Amino acid sequence: MMDDSVHSPTRRGTPAPTLNVNFTLNQQPISLEVAPNAVLLDVLREQLGLGGTKKGCDHGQCGACTVHVDGQAMNACLRLAVMCEGQHVTTVEGLAREGELHPVQQSFLACDAFQCGYCTPGQMMSATALLNDARIGSDDAAVKEAMSGNICRCGAYKNILTAIQQARATLADDATRRAGEGTP
Amino acid sequence: MRAFDFSRAESVGSAAQHGNAETAFVAGGTTLLDLVKLDVMRPAAVVDINALPLKTVERLADGRLRIGALVTNTDLAHHPEVKRDYPLLSQALLAGASTQLRNMATTAGNLMQRTRCPYFRDVGSACNKRQPGSGCDARDGINRMHALLGGSADCIAVHPSDMCVALAAIGATLTLEGPAGEREVAFADFHPLPGDTPHIEHDLAADELITALTLDAPLTLDAPLARAGSHYLKLRDRASYEFALASAAVQLNLDGERITEARLALGGVATKPWRASEAEAALVGRPAELASFERAAEIALRDARPLAHNAFKVDLAKQAIVRALRDATRAARQGGTDTQESQA
Repeated sequence: MMDDSVHSPTRRGTPAPTLNVNFTLNQQPISLEVAPNAVLLDVLREQLGLGGTKKGCDHGQCGACTVHVDGQAMNACLRLAVMCEGQHVTTVEGLAREGELHPVQQSFLACDAFQCGYCTPGQMMSATALLNDARIGSDDAAVKEAMSGNICRCGAYKNILTAIQQARATLADDATRRAGEGTP
Repeated sequence: MRAFDFSRAESVGSAAQHGNAETAFVAGGTTLLDLVKLDVMRPAAVVDINALPLKTVERLADGRLRIGALVTNTDLAHHPEVKRDYPLLSQALLAGASTQLRNMATTAGNLMQRTRCPYFRDVGSACNKRQPGSGCDARDGINRMHALLGGSADCIAVHPSDMCVALAAIGATLTLEGPAGEREVAFADFHPLPGDTPHIEHDLAADELITALTLDAPLTLDAPLARAGSHYLKLRDRASYEFALASAAVQLNLDGERITEARLALGGVATKPWRASEAEAALVGRPAELASFERAAEIALRDARPLAHNAFKVDLAKQAIVRALRDATRAARQGGTDTQESQA
């Protein structure tokens, strides 16, 4: 697979046949035709018009394209769209519910956890995933480690950490309140 | 990104039938799609193997742990039996890549991970690994990250995996399946030295698929009364999400103050996951103390061949070994594994 002479592209110049893929996107079932080599990131942005998921490095090094696939944070730039068949994909557009921002979004706003904002959707997707993952510790060191796949060139890391821990507290309060409402 | 055909394998057998030099299997895709975008890998067809039933972790009757090829790095690192019996492996996995990448990357994919040598990743550079016979631009280029051990005139690219360094210390067997049936390969033999064929990176035929990785029984099983400890120490340019400049994986059994069994493997400094067998032998029977650790480190790096920019890694690797041995010893004395963070 490495020698130039053997590997002229097989069908450069002719349009690649598309493949049908069905998955759930932000809780809505979708069905679409994609090129076999289309990555999820490009399909979201170019084909579906969902520009919240950002393209930074396009090589899994910056985390700007982070989405949830079946609840787990993943780099949308390194995943073929056809591989999402039958899966649940959530993008930053799917965080808010019924017009209300997700606690992580609210805390990013309240804590000024961004400057230019380009990395912010990816940061928030990683943050929401880690807050739902019991395997990841809740102390600052564990959060920093779990967030290291999201680069912020403005250097807003300190406020991002504060925002995540604040959202953790909000989510815990909400859970307590809901539990309280459930008891007669 | 160049075009390729896409299909899904419904069974291991059908995947193997698809396998040829023009085909790439995709599981997590973190290496493959990165390198296809760079035009370094040029598959005519990609076969998605994610539907194959290779996602379980099971304890075998002989005490070994069999890990399905598609178990993700995240799931393996957090698996209760891995955390209990192979904490070294869990630590090494969590020291690698980022949360997102570990969620995607699989056990077999990690075994097949390709080098981060920038000349390999740049199609404008000469690289014997990417294009046999074209030369090696790293040898007289910027080689700060390159190998001290196991290199050849043709290639000095470092094997990038953390998981594999832990495996070199633990010992493991790969199960491969192809048209001729199943065969097993010792982990130590799976990655060859580059020699004059650096493009041959593993003992896996194009029509074979890795189906499982079986870890040797834990060291403690051989010596249930010994105090066992382990530690993975990774030294790098930043505290997280970076490849190793030098790393050391250590497993020790102690009987009182003496080392009764030692495993030592190195990462970031060698062309393959590097087991330091002579250094291990030099530790056995010795007291678990600094002088023994320093002697082992000297032996482990005895054959180092530094290049123009990476001589600092000789000292760095020795320090990684000494510190990992010290931390594993502390863990053994505390009766378990050192979970204490020992960052650079």
